[in-house]
This record gives sequence, C-alpha cells and structure tokens, in this order.
Amino acid sequence: MDTILFLSHTEQDGTLPKAGLEALGAARALAQALQATLVAGVFGKATQPAASQLAGSGAARALAVTGADFADARYGTDAAAAEALAKAAGATLVVAPHTSRLARVAAGVAYRLGGRVDTHATALLAKDGSPALTRWFYRQRMEATLKRTQRPWLILLDAGCHPAFRPEGGAPSLEEVPVAVADAQRRTQVKGFKAPKSDAQTIRPDAKLLFVAGAGWTKKQADGKPHAEDAEKLILGFLAASKASLGSSKSLVDLSGEGNAVLTFMSHLNQIGQTGATPRHPKGLATCCHGEEPHVVGWRFVNERRAVNLDPNCGWARGKADVVYVADAFEVMAKVNALLAKK
Amino acid sequence: MGGYQIVVCGSIVPDPLQTLEPVTGPVGPALKNELMLPAVLDPWAGHALFEAAHLASKTPGSKVWLVSLGPKAKLQQVMMAVGQKVPFELVAVDGPAGGFLDGHETAAALADAVKAIPGIDRARLLVFGGWESASRGAGATLQMLGERLEIRDQFQGVDQISPQPDGSLEIMERVEGGQHQVSLVASPPALLGWATGSLPEPRNNPQVGMANMKAIMPALQKAKPAKIGVGDIQYLAVTLPKAQRETRVVKNMPTDEIAREIVEWISKD
Repeated sequence: MDTILFLSHTEQDGTLPKAGLEALGAARALAQALQATLVAGVFGKATQPAASQLAGSGAARALAVTGADFADARYGTDAAAAEALAKAAGATLVVAPHTSRLARVAAGVAYRLGGRVDTHATALLAKDGSPALTRWFYRQRMEATLKRTQRPWLILLDAGCHPAFRPEGGAPSLEEVPVAVADAQRRTQVKGFKAPKSDAQTIRPDAKLLFVAGAGWTKKQADGKPHAEDAEKLILGFLAASKASLGSSKSLVDLSGEGNAVLTFMSHLNQIGQTGATPRHPKGLATCCHGEEPHVVGWRFVNERRAVNLDPNCGWARGKADVVYVADAFEVMAKVNALLAKK
Repeated sequence: MGGYQIVVCGSIVPDPLQTLEPVTGPVGPALKNELMLPAVLDPWAGHALFEAAHLASKTPGSKVWLVSLGPKAKLQQVMMAVGQKVPFELVAVDGPAGGFLDGHETAAALADAVKAIPGIDRARLLVFGGWESASRGAGATLQMLGERLEIRDQFQGVDQISPQPDGSLEIMERVEGGQHQVSLVASPPALLGWATGSLPEPRNNPQVGMANMKAIMPALQKAKPAKIGVGDIQYLAVTLPKAQRETRVVKNMPTDEIAREIVEWISKD
C-alpha cells in the first residue's frame, strides 16, 4: 500500500500557500481512491499555523521541519527539509504544489531519495489501483497520462488544477522532524525580493482576465508614426479599471530588451508563450498580437478568448480565439476604458 | 581567481513553428517525423548560453563549454547556426533528445560528460542551463545534474547574475507574482537554470563562427553515444488538445459596439 506524503513549505506567517491547499486536496483524494495512507509534512520558519489548515485532511501523521534556517527559499536547506520529511513519512508518493520554492528542489530531492519526479502535473488519478498523472509536453502542445514504477515518486501539481482543501475540526499536533543544517547549506543567503520595473504591479495570477498586448501597439499607426505613449496610457488605464493581468508576446518584450522606444512597464516576466508563462485565467483578450502558434501555446489554460486585430486573417481568426474583432485596438480600448470609467 | 569555468547544458527542440503530432515509437511516445523536423537550440538554454558568454567576456580567464545531448546529425545542423553567435567549446553527446524521455537518464549522461571535461575546477565552476526545456518542460534534469555533481547551491528561473567584488555572486530568480528573489551565493560552484535573462540574441559574428567551427566538427566526431530511454515511465495516453475553436470574425462593427460587447463580456462572471 502506498504512503502518500503531502509536502509543502509554509508562508512567512506559517500558513500554507493557496497552491498548497490545492495539492493537499488532490493528495487526499488520491489517498482515498487508492486506499493509501496520507501523511502531511510542512516546513518553514513557522509551521504551527499550518496545523489548523490540515484539520480534517485524514492525515495519519502531521510532520514539520521548523526553524529560522527554513525561513527563506534556498536550495540547500529546503532540499534537506523535504528529504527529511519524505524519509520520516516513509513516503512512496510525494504530492506537493508547483510553487517556485518546491520547483527549485523537487528533482534534487527525488535524486537523493533514489526516486523519480514529475512536475507540472495537472491531475492525479488512480488507474487500475495505482497512481497516475496527466501533464503537458512540448509547451502545452500535447497531453499525456503516465505512471511510474519507481518509488518514491515526487509529483508537483500545478496551481489551479484542483479545488483547495477546506479544513474542518481540530488541528492535528505536529511531530517535529529534526534536520541538522551545516554551514555549507548556508552558503546562499536570500537578500530579499525585487518587483519588476513597472509603475504598477501588472502580473496578477488570480485575475479573471488576461490582457495581452502585442507588438502592434508600438508600430506606426494610420498617421505614419508610432504612439507608444498613448499605448501605455490605454493599457495601464485598462489594467487599472479591469484589474486584469498583463501579458505580452515575445516580440514586444524583445523590443523592450533591445532598447527601443516601447512600453516601459513591459518586461520578460510578462511574456506568454513558448518561452514565457502559461497562466491560468478564465478569460483572455489579445490586442495587436498576431496569435501565432509559439505565442498561443501560452494560452492553453485560458478558457474564453477574444482578440482585437486589424488583420482578419491573423492567427486568432484561424480557430485560436472565440471572437476576433477586426478593428483598431487604440480606438477600441479607448472606448472600453471610457465605458469602464462610467461603471 | 582565474575566471569562471561555465558549463552550459542545452539540447535541441523542434522549431516552435512546426506542427507536432505524437506517434508511438519503439520505446514509447515520439513525434511524427521527429528526425525530419527542423531543430533549434532549446530557447531557455540559448539564453543561458548567451548569458554565459556575456559573463565570460567580462571576466578575464573565463571559458564557456556547451554540453549538448542530441542526435549527432541534428546537433551539427543546429551548431552551424548557434556557433555564429558566441564563443564556446562544444561537448557533444550522441543520443535522443525528445520530450518523452526520462530526465533522470539524461542527467546521468550529462553528468558523465561534464565530469570528463579536462581541467574542471569546482572552485571556478558555474553550471548553466535553461530552467525548463521546450520539450519535456519539467525543470528537473538540471537539478539532478547538480546533485550528481554535488552542487548544492542551485537557482532556477534566473534572470540575472552579478559578480560581487568579494567573489560572491548575486542572483535574481523568478518567483510568484512577477517578482524576483535576490540571493547571494558565497562563491562557485553553483548551478543556474536560466529564464530569459536580460540580453537580446547576439548577432551572427563570422569571426566567432570561424573560431567555433574549428572545434565543433571534431567535437561532433568524437561524441560519445548515450543510451537514453523512458526509464520507468509507462505512458497510458498521449493526445493532442481539442480541435480548433469556432471563431466568430467580427468585421465592420462600429467601435462603440465592439467596446460595449467587450465590456459586457469581461463583466460577466
């Protein structure tokens, strides 16, 4: 019988991240389907607040690695904590959220445990009495269902793929797992965080709408001149009014990197597609973007898609969007902003 | 210090403009006409290579190796283009490079290749690569390579590295919410999985190309074969996503009307 370890780091306040609660929900459902034992394991500077979030999960044990050494996301100490928790749990399966912190260490930990790893899982399944998962290959171009025989098997579940677990009842008591940290594991010091160069935070993973600006915003307009400043005002005005998350095509952020007069708030972090992000939003609106395949693969998890483009034969019109408005995005977005301002 | 020894690991992937279709191969899933598809250097590995060359150019005594595992003929084709960009010494490993293969086996082959580079000094070693490939997209191979090389200072989603006067390295990694985590590692060795970095793709430089080509062909000729498979993975299904959407192309609609429709749409739950 499998022993499934739900593994997560805690946030600075000691609670689980939202993606952690989703992974816990998935681990719990898989344990029930496989009639496996569920164990919870958390690590961080503080872990006690997470205990109440594990209430009612059905975990047979709740393990913790706690201390100042585990406050920051650092490979040496995070890998040591995850390895210790997996060993203490006797885990054959480890289910964890695909956060940047766990994505940094999961494969290394799998190697140390003599196991295997799969990341970016989108669903966990029980197939003929054994665990399986689905994940995408070739940048969201094809989806596979797979399983493995090697154990332990570490699985990172992408955010937004399973409902978050809702705790109920009393918090389990945490069983502390000791981890000795050597100086060699402290060679890296986390100094802090830096926001991207922008007037406002434009990346909002929880937004209902993804707004994508393509390179067309910086091209010459009907009067023969580019209007990057107007484009900036329109885009930032729309983001402020709609609370949308801002994405971009590669061509536009590359222009920024090459020092052209472009949208100053745009960085590679906004990039969607083959070499960018694949965010999850219920709706997406593309403007001045041609909708070519390397970009559109980043839209795999955007459900409803509309585009504004002057070209009726753009990629979006070839089955990649639900609606394509053949129109000037400058004019359309000015009117959209005016309507939103009235609301 | 005599500069950095920067080992960049990067393989090849199908050109992103190609249509990809899964088929069942002898050892598991593969791509239809995989050997016929034009290939490019994996994009994030490409950024890693350009950042490595930039760092080496600013640090006298540094050297860049590109360790690349792929079918020899495909590697030759891709290196003809990549070799024009920045100076590096190729270490080729002849083996399959598809997305359905097991990263565990790939990491083992890469570790053997890195360990076999003459004169590697851990005190100067930086291992670079893309933080995820455009084929498997797991972000796992590089970490396992690091473990095999006993490098325990690892960073993923890196956009910047800045050497400090005391020999330490400041590194910016992508984290959630469009932010970067800023860390300081005391010294090499370190392993960095690069995101896009901050450099544009270098222009072709014929002089660099000539210098690289002298070593690329011999490196390809002596490429060691590596047997890479799917390991313990059992693929139950590999499918393409659902067919195209029914697109409504709206022409000649007044701008006011389009704006009203968009606002209604985004306001609806």
